[in-house]
Amino acid sequence: MVTLNDYLMASGLLFAIGFAGVLLRRNVIIIFMALELMLNAANLSLIGFSRFNVQGSLPDYNAQVLVFFVITVAAAEVTVGLAIIVALFRARQTTHVEDISALKF
Amino acid sequence: MLFFAGMVVLNRNPVASALSLVVSFLALAALYVSLDAYFIGVIQILVYAGAVMVLFLFIIMLLDLKAEVRRRMNFPAVCGGFVVILLFLKVLSDVCYGVFGGNAKLPPISQGPQGDAWQIGMLIFERYNLPLQVVGTLILVASVGVVILSKRELK
Repeated sequence: MVTLNDYLMASGLLFAIGFAGVLLRRNVIIIFMALELMLNAANLSLIGFSRFNVQGSLPDYNAQVLVFFVITVAAAEVTVGLAIIVALFRARQTTHVEDISALKF
Repeated sequence: MLFFAGMVVLNRNPVASALSLVVSFLALAALYVSLDAYFIGVIQILVYAGAVMVLFLFIIMLLDLKAEVRRRMNFPAVCGGFVVILLFLKVLSDVCYGVFGGNAKLPPISQGPQGDAWQIGMLIFERYNLPLQVVGTLILVASVGVVILSKRELK
């Protein structure tokens, strides 16, 4: 039988993988994908809590509405971020974060 | 799901990484369905595995990215990373298995004739109507911003 802990562990590991990707990789697009992984880890734990918080034989649908809004905002964020990456690539001809050091102190 | 999420980070080729991300999102949608969140699962497949991943692949093809060259690893940094990972796993398992009653079995639910899309729809349009309109405005602003970003010559 699956318990809440299993879903929380999966969510935490997914978040850790995404965080490792943000820290390790040097390609802006891969960093962006790892950010998406972290967002999805948060969504997974929300859905898990919603399913296990049963009120009157129904799951807690407020959490699912929150996940819906998070997915919507994440989609908007992806479009804006990719447009920024394309503009950056046009200006600098690179997507490696180590080559983009104009603001570095 | 976790294996393919790892492959996203570990692959050197951006296209292979994006395809592993698709598989990871599909597996995540399966997890949502196993949690009786059918509507969110369908939305996950449509939005992430459909729209967002097409966008990612399109940008990767547009920029014509090559596989990343292998870098020399900084040995103390790798050791520090492993220590951080072990500490994180320790804290995670402590929180999950120790602090609160997370060992609860899956409680039975009966969704009735309407299903969860009906419930979420009622909740969105009655209780969360203002946030829905704010999110719609946000998407409008984002799309206008994308058009401006990709039109103007950045210097």
